[in-house]
Amino acid sequence: MKFPADCVYTKEHEWVRVHEDVATVGITEHAQKELGDVVFVELPKSGETFDTKETFANVESVKAVSEVFCPVAGKILEVNNALSDSPQLVNEDCYGDGWFVKLKMSDAAELKDLLNHEEYAEFVAEESAE
Amino acid sequence: MSSPTVGLRKTALHTLHKKMGARMAEFGGWEMPIEYSGIIQEHCAVRTAAGLFDISHMGEILIEGAGCLRLIQHVTCNDASRLKDEQIQYSALLTPEGTFVDDILVHRFGVDRYFLCVNASNAQKDFDWICQHNSFDAKVIHASHQYSQLALQGPKAQGILQPLVNVDLKAMKYYWLKHGNLGDVDCLITRTGYTGEDGFELYFDPGSSERVWNLLMDAGSGDGLIPAGLGARNTLRLEAKMALYGHEISDQITPWEADLAWVVKLEKGNFLGKEALVKQHEAGIQKRLIGFEMVGKGIGRDGYPVLINGQEAGVVTSGGPSPSLKKNIGLAYVPVSHSNPGQEIEVQVRTQAIPARIVTTPFYTRPKPA
Repeated sequence: MKFPADCVYTKEHEWVRVHEDVATVGITEHAQKELGDVVFVELPKSGETFDTKETFANVESVKAVSEVFCPVAGKILEVNNALSDSPQLVNEDCYGDGWFVKLKMSDAAELKDLLNHEEYAEFVAEESAE
Repeated sequence: MSSPTVGLRKTALHTLHKKMGARMAEFGGWEMPIEYSGIIQEHCAVRTAAGLFDISHMGEILIEGAGCLRLIQHVTCNDASRLKDEQIQYSALLTPEGTFVDDILVHRFGVDRYFLCVNASNAQKDFDWICQHNSFDAKVIHASHQYSQLALQGPKAQGILQPLVNVDLKAMKYYWLKHGNLGDVDCLITRTGYTGEDGFELYFDPGSSERVWNLLMDAGSGDGLIPAGLGARNTLRLEAKMALYGHEISDQITPWEADLAWVVKLEKGNFLGKEALVKQHEAGIQKRLIGFEMVGKGIGRDGYPVLINGQEAGVVTSGGPSPSLKKNIGLAYVPVSHSNPGQEIEVQVRTQAIPARIVTTPFYTRPKPA
């Protein structure tokens, strides 16, 4: 399973890749595997703001709807419109073309609360062992 | 994220499913395979080649003796007297209010021997119900533990199964059965299914389960046969507009409401629920089961409200993506006054009312053989 080193992660299986004060957010390989085939992604609109841990998107598999939680508070700058016609990008390339949103962080210090790729890999291993 | 599985029943193939990497989950009190390679892939395999389902959780009830047909006629709404030896019919057990105890398949083995296949979640309830109403001196046997059950479904099913069995499958019509051998295993072979494709359901001693599964997979993998789980079983039956107990039918719904009038044969004589059905037929029904497809972006799922002219008017009973039609579809109860194909409706998906439209069903019909 992949755990890109240029991302930080939440325990709810979101990833964040930061460039200056813009954070790109998506869901991890573990999350997309658990979901199975992704058939629909409900994204917010540009300009909307979200608090840390607030639901900002919903990702749907054949059988279920899963909430996606905002890893760091901020304002949505851009959403991945490609997911509208091609939700399967979340399964195929979750760290690349399957990105959900880009947001402008309110407080970059919040990133320190997230897991690095090694910590997240450990977390996934522990969760899977339960 | 993992759910407790202590206390769930397991089929004879449970170890095999886990070895194959199936995602397991609870259904009807059993731990069952939901998917192996992926629901969409399994669904499409059934529509184009074949899929193999472990449905051993289903219930089986044998009814024998001189009074058996009279008992069956009393507790079901279809006319079992029409059945010839080795013929099968879809039927239902009804309450005195004319609502569903369960939907079932009635198989006639012989003049004094019938076999019912019933839903896993209702197996004990159905057995108790039939026994409770057995004033006909028939012998009612709960036989579920005597059978493992597999479903082999898809256009390639007959070709895959034929070399393994001593029965001429080409001569077997849909909704007929034969007792035979699959390899060296005694097997009840029925041409039935819950997918809308051609296919067979196979009943045999649980001790032979891995053997039969492996024989079928070895025979069929060259033709594209793959294991398929309950996830695909649900998307397939939804496209074929087949009811699921607890969703389209329940003890709150009558066959008239559920668009299953064809299963009711009032002229066969008295049966449990007949009076209530006659009354409701005369009075008219208020709500009706319809099929819809989503028009706006979103998926109308089980339990979501249906709006008509902006007002909540009904509810989705089953809904989700249709892998074959590449649309989002569903079944719902709506007022009879607004139940015709073409009717614009909305489905409340979380905070938004998403446009949808009533369509004719079934959503998918298998192509007629050339």
